[in-house]
Amino acid sequence: MESMISRRDFLQATAAASAIVAASGLGPLGRVAAQQKLTQADILKFDPLGTVTLLHVTDIHAQLVPLYFREPSINLGVGDVKAQPPHLTDQAFRSYYRIANGSADAHALTADDFTSLARTYGRMGGLDRVATLVAAVRAERGADKVLLLDGGDTWQGSWSALQTKGQDMVDVMSALKTDAMTAHWEFTLGAERVKEIADKAPFAFLAQNVRDSEWQEPVFEARKMFERGGAKIAVIGQALPRTAVANPRWMFPKWEFGIREDEMQKQVDQSRAEGADVVVLLSHNGFDVDRKLATRVKGIDVILTSHTHDALPELVKVGNTVLAASGSHGKFVSRLDLAVKDKRVTDIRFKLMPVFSDAIAPDPAMKALVEKIRAPYAAELATVIGRTDSLLFRRGNFNGTFDDLICDAMLTQRDAEISLSPGFRWGGTLLPGDAITWEAITNATAMTYPACYRQQMTGEQLKLILEDVADNIFHPDPYFQGGGDMVRVGGMGYAIDVSKPAGDRISNLTHLKTGQPIDAKKSYVVAGWASINEGTQGPPIWDVLRSHVSAQKTIQLKENAAVRVSGT
Amino acid sequence: MHVVSSEYSRRDALRLAGFASLAVIVAAGRADATPDEVASAIAKLYGEKKFGSGKIKLDVPEIAENGLVVPINVEVESPMTDADYVKAVHVFAEGNPLPNVVSYKFTPACGKAFAATRMRLAQTQDIICIAEMSNGSLYMTKSQVKVTIGGCGG
Repeated sequence: MESMISRRDFLQATAAASAIVAASGLGPLGRVAAQQKLTQADILKFDPLGTVTLLHVTDIHAQLVPLYFREPSINLGVGDVKAQPPHLTDQAFRSYYRIANGSADAHALTADDFTSLARTYGRMGGLDRVATLVAAVRAERGADKVLLLDGGDTWQGSWSALQTKGQDMVDVMSALKTDAMTAHWEFTLGAERVKEIADKAPFAFLAQNVRDSEWQEPVFEARKMFERGGAKIAVIGQALPRTAVANPRWMFPKWEFGIREDEMQKQVDQSRAEGADVVVLLSHNGFDVDRKLATRVKGIDVILTSHTHDALPELVKVGNTVLAASGSHGKFVSRLDLAVKDKRVTDIRFKLMPVFSDAIAPDPAMKALVEKIRAPYAAELATVIGRTDSLLFRRGNFNGTFDDLICDAMLTQRDAEISLSPGFRWGGTLLPGDAITWEAITNATAMTYPACYRQQMTGEQLKLILEDVADNIFHPDPYFQGGGDMVRVGGMGYAIDVSKPAGDRISNLTHLKTGQPIDAKKSYVVAGWASINEGTQGPPIWDVLRSHVSAQKTIQLKENAAVRVSGT
Repeated sequence: MHVVSSEYSRRDALRLAGFASLAVIVAAGRADATPDEVASAIAKLYGEKKFGSGKIKLDVPEIAENGLVVPINVEVESPMTDADYVKAVHVFAEGNPLPNVVSYKFTPACGKAFAATRMRLAQTQDIICIAEMSNGSLYMTKSQVKVTIGGCGG
């Protein structure tokens, strides 16, 4: 059997190769020594600028209450963006942004000391805490100067969002007085439901790149002009261009997406013609796609990025456009103050505000609303199914321990030789010793196409799948990427060279149980979930996971040594 | 405008659950064209003539949302007068069994050389577009369209 180098070995090799200088500087939160907890005032501290403030939240994934969420320790960039932000992790990230080891920022933004820092700094997020920050900024600036924008992936990711078809999040985001949003996972509620909400919501639902497939007519408003602080601000929405590829198209069969650069340029030009002082793109393209788009579409001042869940403590500048990356799961609120003079942005000041739930007093009205929304499910969500001795997390290009658990569950509960779990980036983190509640299980699985299928696939088919998904992540041109992380595999190991072209990246497929190479012609029993095809048969994945955790009682995962990575 | 459309039908692969869709395509073992075959077919049509670049705007998606109906828009820059117009536009899909997907013929009366259609693509491949001008000059451009099994995004 080909020996498989573990993820840990890979990390050590990478760290050694890049000769990282130990971080000793202070983080962008500044003046806060390592291991010293932040206060609400520290988090809000901001030297105001100009007359316009943009607040950005994104990829909340329906997380109403504080949670742990571990950032990735592997997030590879390819082509021009190799080792560029946001493709930095752990020590490399802290060195780049001068973040002290062990600091609050280190906990919020990096992964390598997650368990101990989580115990020091506590959970992050919670919409009642977000509401406190938003209210404080509105009070400081005056509400007439502040625009609150939501990048989408808001209505999916929890049991209550699934049960209410997103209504819980719509109510909360309405109470937060969100001005506009765009979307991705929202579409998995189905076309009719999305339209119903978009037509009624008090906020604008913006997406310039969604068209009716028959007549190519816009399905949603493309943009909206706001007036804040005496300036006219055009906000253009961009839904995930790959929604119809990444998610089940049969749920919105008459809608087409795509990047639609030419139409984007027209939206920008029309905004300027209508007198916009500031043009903001509220985008769900993902960071690398937005970075490329900024070089090709002229006249955008600010791109508020999302989808790829990156959290960056500084803006990234591309020509005359700045990009902000505001993280996910309610962990951060971005604030951008803009000075506007003679119909142009003359200066921008930025802060990625970390939502440390222990430091921020919950907004009483939002706390009450969240409790009311969760009340019908509270007992069910709190049900303890088992416990974990291992840190359970999602993010990482190739593995996450939560997916290792889901893959194990499919192997045992569905009596499969190999299991496949999609590379979703959403879902909370559990610390060693934590209870695995129904809430924890559904935070990692709640979505509208959960069937866990079981079927035969040949070795050749398995390789094709891995190659296809790998090209969606490691295609050197971000416009050809589909998003997500690598499909997670149970029962099978493989090697991947991310620098190779499509079709040549994957090798050494190994059936872990026997240690034998995967035979291209042989059929294997494969279980998986989240198929995008209509009519997929099988029990919902949360029931499969529940049965497995219930039977195991305590989860102890071995180091996943099944993926060997090269070409980084 | 005269349209010649190929009758190629993609295997009905998307019916199977999960990741099985690509698998069926492979198992079916089609006789797809190869890029070399398409290149030699083009060489046979135009011999040693040189192709210019520019003039053609070929608008195809980077990633097909539905391989059964991939939208394609072609526009060729031309005054479209009796003295100077686009005579024909040919679209080739390098990986399709019948690679000459569609040909459009134009006259100055068309006003502009623009055409839009949808084509079936079973796999990732280059789309090649050739424009024949009234003075005999030729232009060529190509764009890749990726056909993926999808899923796993998010």
